[in-house]
Amino acid sequence: MTKYIIRRILIAIPMMLAVSFIAFVLINLIPADPAEVALRVNEIIPTDEVIEAMREELGLDKPYFQRYLSWLWDVIRLDFGNSYINNTRTVYGEITRALPATLRLASLSLIIVILVSFPIAIFCAVYKDSFFDRFIRLLIFVGTSIPNYWVALLLIWLFSLKLGILPTSGNEAKGSIILPAVTLSLTYISTYVRLIRNNMIENMTENYVFYARVRGLKERVIIIKHVLKNSLQSCITALGMSVVQLLSGTVVIENIFSWPGIGRLCISSIFNRDYPIIQAYILMMGILFILCNLIVDIVHHKLDPRLHGGDIN
Amino acid sequence: MTRKLLRNKVVLVTTSIILITILIGAFAHQIAPNDPNEASIINKYSRSSDEFPLGTDHLGRCILSRLIYGIRPTVFLSLFTMLCTIALGTLIGVISGYSIGIVDEVIMRICDIMLSFPSQVMILAVVGMLGVGINNVIFASIMIKWAWYARMIRSMVIKYNNKNYILYSKTIGTSRSFIITRHMIPNIISEVIVLATLDMGWVIISISTLSFLGLGVQAPTAEWGAMLSEAKNVLSTNPSQMLAPGLAILIIVSAFNLLGDGLRDVLDPREV
Repeated sequence: MTKYIIRRILIAIPMMLAVSFIAFVLINLIPADPAEVALRVNEIIPTDEVIEAMREELGLDKPYFQRYLSWLWDVIRLDFGNSYINNTRTVYGEITRALPATLRLASLSLIIVILVSFPIAIFCAVYKDSFFDRFIRLLIFVGTSIPNYWVALLLIWLFSLKLGILPTSGNEAKGSIILPAVTLSLTYISTYVRLIRNNMIENMTENYVFYARVRGLKERVIIIKHVLKNSLQSCITALGMSVVQLLSGTVVIENIFSWPGIGRLCISSIFNRDYPIIQAYILMMGILFILCNLIVDIVHHKLDPRLHGGDIN
Repeated sequence: MTRKLLRNKVVLVTTSIILITILIGAFAHQIAPNDPNEASIINKYSRSSDEFPLGTDHLGRCILSRLIYGIRPTVFLSLFTMLCTIALGTLIGVISGYSIGIVDEVIMRICDIMLSFPSQVMILAVVGMLGVGINNVIFASIMIKWAWYARMIRSMVIKYNNKNYILYSKTIGTSRSFIITRHMIPNIISEVIVLATLDMGWVIISISTLSFLGLGVQAPTAEWGAMLSEAKNVLSTNPSQMLAPGLAILIIVSAFNLLGDGLRDVLDPREV
């Protein structure tokens, strides 16, 4: 087990380096000269001399690989440089300011997803092909085909404008987190209900369920203790993946609901050509994705004795 | 096979919906009742009438015409993106699957890195670096999707490579290009089509989302996501503006998703 974890971590390290290299290369693919961009956004007329000075200040005159190494060294110490738009603000500061709001939104969504999808999926699996099951399957289908920004608009219209019970946007008013969190969770609920339901139905035809029935166990015990437990495997994988998806999925939702999080910061940085912030955002998401992958793999390994020959310790 | 496809009602209905949409989009010039970009302030927010069947928007532009012209960027560009992705993915996947060794290893490691970013983040990254605009959105979508197809097609190539009929072809000295184009591709393509159809919905939503955020198609071009973005600004006064483009996206994405499911049932009965 420990051997597996160590090996898995060793694979993750070069992946992280590769991700950091991509984040670094991307910013060097900008069609314009970064020095010139940095000057222009501060409304300094880019003469040759000023550009030269700026290039030196940003370290652009050094060779490519050396720049990558020094950038990487800064990044490891969480120093992403300063924002182009507001030179007094560090990228790290901007991101840590926006992060709590996004985390709050994403974690509430995750809770909603778990609380809603499990009961529905179990019910659908137990009463397969009943009216309820078919109705939920229809909803799931619509849920995967509907753009979530349209759902957001419909919900704002219904709950904020028509019924007037929830605020339209911002994060100051009471209950303002409800609409964005619900919208964000809807897509994932449809994915999870389908996943858990299909998994459980697949598991129900297995021999161990038949054996449990023969033993005379209660149907409820079979469903919860045996079928559900065995279906959780793939759910954990999907759940780990969706943590990052939720965080990156907030981009659209945050923009619609004016939620002051990472997603909005990213979009406004794209419009303002504030490259250091975009770079930090990409890097953060990439690293997070790898970390979640890592954790999921380890948990998966730990939970499924078949993967390590029955040796739990 | 064709007869089997035609007998499947879901496939038949969704294919018709998609084909009709494509035809309407292609002949938008002849079908649309009005010029999609012709603004007339006097007619703004007018209700449905003979002149404007679905009413007008905040600039007095005909919503139906904008919807019809919007097929071009929304659906056509998504189809284009998908075709490019498949072409690139197939090319690289076949090369990788066929050339065991260092080339395969390098291509697969590149794929690993491409897939180690969540797709939405990668699109934002590329658009962020290259700048706002629909060309960059399409480029970004192809950049993040090809790796996925390349990896899948590589594993298919390796799987088929050991089938008896291909081994036989090799034994009798058939040229490699003949094996690839006549034996390999026809077998792979049906599986790829199913996945690509299921993916089309994702591409349409993704591209229209970026246009909704203002990163893709720019005003005044009619595009469904961009139309919703304009509708969002007048949500409190004229909520009905958001209905038509939203429904349009829902219908076309559902059609592609259902078609993908239907095709899978017909082409690949083993999985059901």
